[in-house]
Amino acid sequence: MPVASDPRGLPIWRRRTTRQEWALWLGWLALVALFAVCWRLMTENTIWAFVFDAPRQALDIGSRMLPPRWSYVDQLWRPLWDTLNIATLGTLLAVLLAVPVAFLAANNTTPSRRLVRPVALLVIVASRSINSLIWALLLVAVLGPGIAAGILAIALRSVGFIGKLLYEAIEEIDGAQVEAITATGASPAQIIDYGIAPQIMPAFAGITVFRWDINIRESTVLGLVGAGGIGLQLESSLNTLAWPQVTVILLIILATVIVSEWVSARVRAAIT
Amino acid sequence: MLRLEHLAKRYPTGDLALDGVSLTIDAGQVVALIGPSGAGKSSLIRCVNRLIEPTAGRVFLHGVEITGLGRRRLRRVRRRIGMIFQEFALVERLTVMENVLSGRLGYVPFWRSLLRRFPPADVEAAFGLLERVGLAEFVDKRADALSGGQRQRVGIARALAQNPQLLLVDEPTASLDPKTARQIMRLICEICAERRLPAIINSHDVRLAAMFVHRIVGLRAGQVVFDGPASALNDDVLTRIYGAEDWGTPGLDTPEEEEEEEDEGADGGDAALRPDLDRQRLAGLAG
Amino acid sequence: MTAGAPRPAATRHWRRPPLIKDRRRRYGLYGAAVAYLVAALATVEINWQRIADGLDRGWRFVEGFLAPNFSHRWDDILLGMEESLTMTVTATAVGILISLPIAIGAARNLSPPPVYLVCRAIIAVSRSLQEVIIAIFFVAMFGFGPFAGFVTLSFATIGFFAKLLAEDIEDIDESQAEAIRATGASWLQLITYAVLPQVMPRIIGLSLYRLDINFRESAVIGIVGAGGIGATLNTAIDRYEYDSAAAILILIIVLVMAAEYASSHVRRWVS
Repeated sequence: MPVASDPRGLPIWRRRTTRQEWALWLGWLALVALFAVCWRLMTENTIWAFVFDAPRQALDIGSRMLPPRWSYVDQLWRPLWDTLNIATLGTLLAVLLAVPVAFLAANNTTPSRRLVRPVALLVIVASRSINSLIWALLLVAVLGPGIAAGILAIALRSVGFIGKLLYEAIEEIDGAQVEAITATGASPAQIIDYGIAPQIMPAFAGITVFRWDINIRESTVLGLVGAGGIGLQLESSLNTLAWPQVTVILLIILATVIVSEWVSARVRAAIT
Repeated sequence: MLRLEHLAKRYPTGDLALDGVSLTIDAGQVVALIGPSGAGKSSLIRCVNRLIEPTAGRVFLHGVEITGLGRRRLRRVRRRIGMIFQEFALVERLTVMENVLSGRLGYVPFWRSLLRRFPPADVEAAFGLLERVGLAEFVDKRADALSGGQRQRVGIARALAQNPQLLLVDEPTASLDPKTARQIMRLICEICAERRLPAIINSHDVRLAAMFVHRIVGLRAGQVVFDGPASALNDDVLTRIYGAEDWGTPGLDTPEEEEEEEDEGADGGDAALRPDLDRQRLAGLAG
Repeated sequence: MTAGAPRPAATRHWRRPPLIKDRRRRYGLYGAAVAYLVAALATVEINWQRIADGLDRGWRFVEGFLAPNFSHRWDDILLGMEESLTMTVTATAVGILISLPIAIGAARNLSPPPVYLVCRAIIAVSRSLQEVIIAIFFVAMFGFGPFAGFVTLSFATIGFFAKLLAEDIEDIDESQAEAIRATGASWLQLITYAVLPQVMPRIIGLSLYRLDINFRESAVIGIVGAGGIGATLNTAIDRYEYDSAAAILILIIVLVMAAEYASSHVRRWVS
């Protein structure tokens, strides 16, 4: 009952009923308890001396990072080009793989809802669950270090991302347009070309550019596990404690990310 | 030429949309299919070209049984059956020309349609159709840039591009204002007359249907309850089709619609097409 | 339209209007794209010999996936999962608590310009760096282990959560805020009565989404020493124990799927 009575018998307005209120408080309590338990488990082996020492460490690292070693930039152009290629070629490869997967996964285009669709969805979720850095870790072990592993890692991670957003877009299309094309006696390929493709084109382009932007960020760190790009320089600079070089690399990464985000935003604005 | 035999459709939900419909439509004959919403009008015409698979019964076009054809041969039959839709169902992001040419999809190989390289004769015919429906200067406009009436004209041109032997028309005017609705209805009926094209026209608008079409078929709960000339539509018949309280609401008929003739000019008006129709009486009955 | 007689009917042609009208720009763009592709592919060095050698390992990995080995490293896996899950929960909670005031500060319609700029700057810093790079620094500061991971994920949560929530606050229905303002409400009352109710479903949705992301990220930052299942995975791959690695990956996939399933239910239940 949302209206209760106070001791004098006058009604008091309450937002929720008593039971709802109890449930809400219990829910919050459970969340706090969960947090406390997690916190205890997580910090079991934490060495607090290190934690309290962190500000001093931060200052120390900060002072070593400055001033940046600007001359190092000259050695970064090639890794930067590789990074760009990893992201772009990886995205292109992902698109080639993701489009058929999306059509197999969408409820309204899949050849079989019982057999094919679950497999396509599994491919999508497996690809999405595993970060590109982990894919890179695996691929470097299999293919050896280099850009090829990076491109494949980006592609394998992006298939799930593009596939998921694309199949959702396919499921949202206007069925009447497809029906009209079907009624002309068009073949299945023609139905996709005329009835479906025009409807999903804006979403498709937007998703691709969006993922490309994300891939630029991700490809900057793939080098940490040996999969090429500017991350390789970061890794070697960190290993040799060359902090002034690390600063330069981070600034370059930052600039790249900002430029790619700007490009992606402009392209997406132009599409819609 | 088109013959439906005991056509029935039951949806997986259990709804019985069609309940043993038998109907014959002769060459060049236009039939208006009327009935309340949910009577099965839409299911009926979709069962003809099997956009919906009928549960039972048979459909013959020119002696060929459509029900029971394989995919490939079904597509060959579909390309000779033009269809016009309520919400136009144009591919919004394609140009007017692409939409009209999509009527040729059943005839051209995939690579031609993919590259938009249709045979010159098809392109020429498409230009001619766009002229016929009055949209010659809209060739490269995108379909979503057109008004409702213009879109339906493109829809008509697309159906005609199929060079059809039969036209299936699903509520062609339901999304249009009254004046445009009449223009579109008139255009469809004129074209059917020009080409001696048989057609089934679904309509919720009894008055409009009776104004342009000679043969009316009334559908109720999936069964044919009336099949006769428009002139035979009277209170009893409408009650049979719509039930007493479904159609009896007066005042839906707006008088200004009657003055629309001046825009159309030379066609001689509706009265010339349906001289035998007692319009005043119908106006009072059907909305 | 050109003046004069219409062209003879038989010569009418039609081509689909190109996406880019200007011919020179169109071909310029195509040319640039092709040139880039050629240049990019030319600089991809592929060591076929190495790949041929690696195929054997690749096959062993596929075998590992078909017959994952959960038992060999079970204790490590359990510890790694525990670290990952606990730091996901704590980091998401702390990150969101810090994000809420920053999101309000970063909403143009609620905050004065100086506060707005400061909050937007915090968001920009948090968003622009990869979690892995942040983790490298926090590991250097806090030492190895899940605490560094916790700080990393909390920090990354701020940029994500505050940005999306701020955009949502900026999109709220102004008339409701207006109505509350008209009653003479204070700024805090405005927030609790006009803003929070409107964005609450969004907060819950974003929290669940971020929980999911944080778990996935927790599997990665272990590679640079920030604890969690990533460290276990890294060790397994380093030692060529592909059946154990496959087991870990399968566990990650299952957990992500379960989280997605659960969050879709919670979201439906909330709305």
